[in-house]
Amino acid sequence: MSETLKNQSSRPRLELLNITKQYPGCLANDQICMKLMPGEIHALLGENGAGKSTLVKTIYGVVAPDAGQILWDGHEVEVKSPSKARDLGIGMVFQHFSLFETLTVAQNIELCLSRSQLHSIGDLAERIRDLSRTYGLNVDPDRFVHSLSIGERQRVEIMRCLVQSVKLLILDEPTSVLTPQEVAGLFTVLKKLSSEGCSILFISHKLHEVTEICHNATILRGGKFVGDCEPANETPATIAKMMVGDLAEQDAGYEKAFGETIVFTANNLSLTAKHPFGTALKQINFELYKGEILGIAGVAGNGQEELMSIISGEDNRHLKNMLTLDGRDIGTQSAGLRRRNGLAYVPEERLGRGAVPEMSLSENTLLTHSRGFVKSGLVNWKALKEYAKSLISQYSVKCHGEFSEAKSLSGGNLQKFIMGREIGQNPKVLICAHPTWGVDVGAALAIHQALLQLRDQGAAILLISEDIDELFLLADRMAAVCDGHLSPVVRAEETSIDQIGQWMAGTFINESEQQEALA
Amino acid sequence: MDIDLITQVLFAAIKTGTPLLFIALGEAICEKTGVLNLGQEGMMLMGAVVGFMAAYGTGNAGFGLLGAMIIGMVMSLIFGFLVLHLGANQVATGLALTIFGTGLSAFIGSGVVGQTITGFQPLSIPVLSDIPVLGKVLFSHDVMVYLAVLLAIIIAFVANKTRLGLTIKAVGENPNAANAIGIKVLRVRYLAVMFGGAMAGLGGAYMSLVYTPMWVENMTAGRGWIALALVVFASWRIGNIVLGAYLFGLASIMHLVLQGMGWSISPNLLAMLPYVATIIVMVIISADKYKEKLLAPRSLGKPFDPRQMA
Repeated sequence: MSETLKNQSSRPRLELLNITKQYPGCLANDQICMKLMPGEIHALLGENGAGKSTLVKTIYGVVAPDAGQILWDGHEVEVKSPSKARDLGIGMVFQHFSLFETLTVAQNIELCLSRSQLHSIGDLAERIRDLSRTYGLNVDPDRFVHSLSIGERQRVEIMRCLVQSVKLLILDEPTSVLTPQEVAGLFTVLKKLSSEGCSILFISHKLHEVTEICHNATILRGGKFVGDCEPANETPATIAKMMVGDLAEQDAGYEKAFGETIVFTANNLSLTAKHPFGTALKQINFELYKGEILGIAGVAGNGQEELMSIISGEDNRHLKNMLTLDGRDIGTQSAGLRRRNGLAYVPEERLGRGAVPEMSLSENTLLTHSRGFVKSGLVNWKALKEYAKSLISQYSVKCHGEFSEAKSLSGGNLQKFIMGREIGQNPKVLICAHPTWGVDVGAALAIHQALLQLRDQGAAILLISEDIDELFLLADRMAAVCDGHLSPVVRAEETSIDQIGQWMAGTFINESEQQEALA
Repeated sequence: MDIDLITQVLFAAIKTGTPLLFIALGEAICEKTGVLNLGQEGMMLMGAVVGFMAAYGTGNAGFGLLGAMIIGMVMSLIFGFLVLHLGANQVATGLALTIFGTGLSAFIGSGVVGQTITGFQPLSIPVLSDIPVLGKVLFSHDVMVYLAVLLAIIIAFVANKTRLGLTIKAVGENPNAANAIGIKVLRVRYLAVMFGGAMAGLGGAYMSLVYTPMWVENMTAGRGWIALALVVFASWRIGNIVLGAYLFGLASIMHLVLQGMGWSISPNLLAMLPYVATIIVMVIISADKYKEKLLAPRSLGKPFDPRQMA
């Protein structure tokens, strides 16, 4: 989008002057300045930890800055709380949605409105339906939020801002949870809002999206302002360079490999969800070959968690003849026994599942690695510490030492440690969820190399991720999940982002049903 | 059993269930905002003793009620300060409150043990109380029985039909999200905790002013704990709580009646009846696990610190 803004000359809707926020041990925002015009779509770019979230939380009144000024329509304001921000006309859609699942859509929206706003709206449900039609949001006011998909929930959050007629809409990584088709729908809404004069602050690290819809971009690195640009005049590569500095160019892709011996199979996994907000699995079948990476794409909450906990054994229902490892039925084995038989597992949730937050790194190593370090019930601490140290240096984990508590590490560093711990067991099968989520570029590269090395040693890897680009980079074969269904599995080079995107939205479900009907 | 006996049993069942209803209603609101207060028994005993002393001192049972509500709120404020302000563990603090209230009530009440007062007199509702059987069972009670029912109706209305009810539910489900949309989470929780305290005080006062108009050490006999269980088994639904409270009352009376009829079952086993019967019925009511998970306040027992946001 290259059209220039009509009201470029008017005064800015929002201006930030020298915003500074110091957290213990980290300067999250260092004298950041930014300007936002009415109707402008402005991107806030940066790596994880660059200070984007802190900055928008400052604007929305969640975080109080240590220094700096916020000007709203030219007047200095102090945004002490989110409700103050909303009074000004600032709305925000959080990355982790702030919706109440046990309430209906209308009730969720009602809670955000002041009495006078409610009064002037009159019939809230009708107003929601109206706006829903106008913007093509497709939000039903009477549905309970727990029954909505992630994409629908995001639309509810946007609706919540629309009902309040906001003048500035902040979106924190809105596309990270959407299918490509849903992203297109979101952009249509954003463009319409912008044309009506609403300013939009858009946090993302997906550069092609930014070049597609944003008028201007501000780039942060390590809490500092490093530059701004008009994305229409840039390419994703030039913006990326500003974001990460001079380092690391994204690898074009790794060599693909294909295995011939089946090492793991999942047969007809059809299981109800254990949790009321969970997804039931429907007829899932796949096999893993030695020396390959099978990538499973999908928007969060479409059955990935359920699938992983069933394979890992965390979900301890007995599943006779549904899972085999090396030809043996492991469906009735406990999680520990599966591990001893060569299955390793890196869960999505690092603290609490992947590692015990209060335990040291060496103790956390012992959790999945007990074989070598325990003799007749006694722990060989010396060997254990040495091993933990070797993991720390091999994966360049930044920490004080093997005695550091797991919760003291940053997400990326802990992830490197957990990956190292699991790979170090030389598993036959590794199940791995979102391995590089929240990890910086250098660490991600290290994790990729470790995964490829493990594959080349003959292990089978099941890689579950929401990051399509990463899947295409690593996976040898690919599939997608949607609402508990697994799409056909295809070779990565024989498919496209577009096809996987459609599968993520569930198009294959109808196809397979049709095929069944024909047969 | 003849009709007179049935009438008497049902009448007594409603009376017996009433203190439970007060406490359970208060605790339900408290838990709906995500705060688990195990100090019910202690607050109730304090309400009973202070209510009794106030009524004894002034000769007016109304002051007794007022005193009981105030002491209940003071007790709950101590709890609120510890768990909401200082972020102390809710379970441990609640248990401490019960132990504290049990001891303190015995201490300050030692002077009035064995004294009697005139509590609330039955208040027959004209016309309605003349209906045979039903009139006696439902419409010839003291004012607090009606108050409990009225409060249950008001609370059910507020919880399900008003914005305040939505706010309470929102805070209990996701305090972080509630904070993000500008709800003052701690204020809501403080008020709910104090409401629970006042209701526990009323429940205690019912014991010492109406049920048996006197003060005896530890006279609540575990009703605070039963109320806590009742709230959970009723899955935080007001209607179920009313049902459960009266059911408990009925079973309590039944065990006396059965004993009186000379059943040759050990009285200890019979004494278990109200507890077992209430729990069984409530478990059956809440058998739909899927639905139950949606009803439970998800942040129950978890502290919330607005300063640690972001």
